[in-house]
Amino acid sequence: MSHFKHFVNGIIRENPTLVLLIGMCPTLAVSTSANNGVGMGIATTFVLTMSNIVIAAIKNVVPNKVRIPIFVVVIASFVTIVQMTMEAFVPGLYKALGVFVPLIVVNCIILARAEAFAQKNSILDSLLDGLGMGVGFTIALTTLGGIREILGNGTFFGMSLVGENANTILVFILSPGAFIALGYLIALVNQLKKTK
Amino acid sequence: MEYLIILISAILVNNIVLAKFLGICPFLGVSNRVGTAAGMSAAVMFVMVLATMVTFLLQKYVLDPFHIAYMQTIVFILVIAALVQMVETILKKISPSLYQALGIFLPLITTNCAVLGIAILTIQNNYNLLEGVVFTAANAAGFGLAIIIFAGLRERLELVGVPKGMKGFPISLIMAGLLSLAFMGFSGIVK
Repeated sequence: MSHFKHFVNGIIRENPTLVLLIGMCPTLAVSTSANNGVGMGIATTFVLTMSNIVIAAIKNVVPNKVRIPIFVVVIASFVTIVQMTMEAFVPGLYKALGVFVPLIVVNCIILARAEAFAQKNSILDSLLDGLGMGVGFTIALTTLGGIREILGNGTFFGMSLVGENANTILVFILSPGAFIALGYLIALVNQLKKTK
Repeated sequence: MEYLIILISAILVNNIVLAKFLGICPFLGVSNRVGTAAGMSAAVMFVMVLATMVTFLLQKYVLDPFHIAYMQTIVFILVIAALVQMVETILKKISPSLYQALGIFLPLITTNCAVLGIAILTIQNNYNLLEGVVFTAANAAGFGLAIIIFAGLRERLELVGVPKGMKGFPISLIMAGLLSLAFMGFSGIVK
């Protein structure tokens, strides 16, 4: 049971995007639709979990002074794996996410978890922490993507919610909408935290 | 003419921060004061141009001839990290005053997705070296423009009453949204 709390931690109490406020670039850039949000979330979760496992496994043999470059190489290797897999199996999504797939490597969430958690904890705990953080990130991205897609395009996961000729608030799928929607979402989370 | 289009497009129309969403972390993190924002943008400009040149040459003369382009992500991030470290050491030695001004920003730049992002975009857009450098410098200037305007706005924001839940991060994001909306006015200048 004590292991389980590491998993839940990343989803609610320390949600990387909505509470810790890290990993903003991909959050803003790829949340144009719920679909992209899920895709990016899964890719990041994979890299996060795998790099957490490897870093927890090698933590005793890595000299302290060169740990950051070594962590970065581990992370970059998994990002390359994700890149090649996505290009082969989901080329449409790979195109839609564009430069942000290789940029998973500089997503602060991953290095932050390696440094703050995986370096000090067992493999199992690191795995759960990575999964939890990844799921939290995915939920935040999908929520934001969903909101923007519904308001801006009138669809949810590609399904049309409003009639053909309805006026949608186009600005929400353009770049200003990303900032504004995320701003209100975080304000909501802050408010909920306070009332709890 | 080509260079002018690259320049205007990167600074105003497809602003790196407000339209491409690269470099959001320093954009939100070090934009409390106009002075710090200016220091950060100078450091970014310096590292970014250097990084693009090095990664471009690596891609053309190492990765492509040996058919290991799939190693791009790993190679680029390591080169950028090493480059930042090197710049820091060299600056410390030869120009202490410049180091004083830019020093604290340099470590932050390694994890700045804008540097890696622009290096990759330069390759993806099939620019030659000169176009790549112009593209990078223009993007860095765009970053500077956005972050300095934003820092100016935030200095003003400290003087007004903001609803409790919106304080800090949320109101900054919404302000960035409005700034981005303003920059959308430039779309249509170049295709």
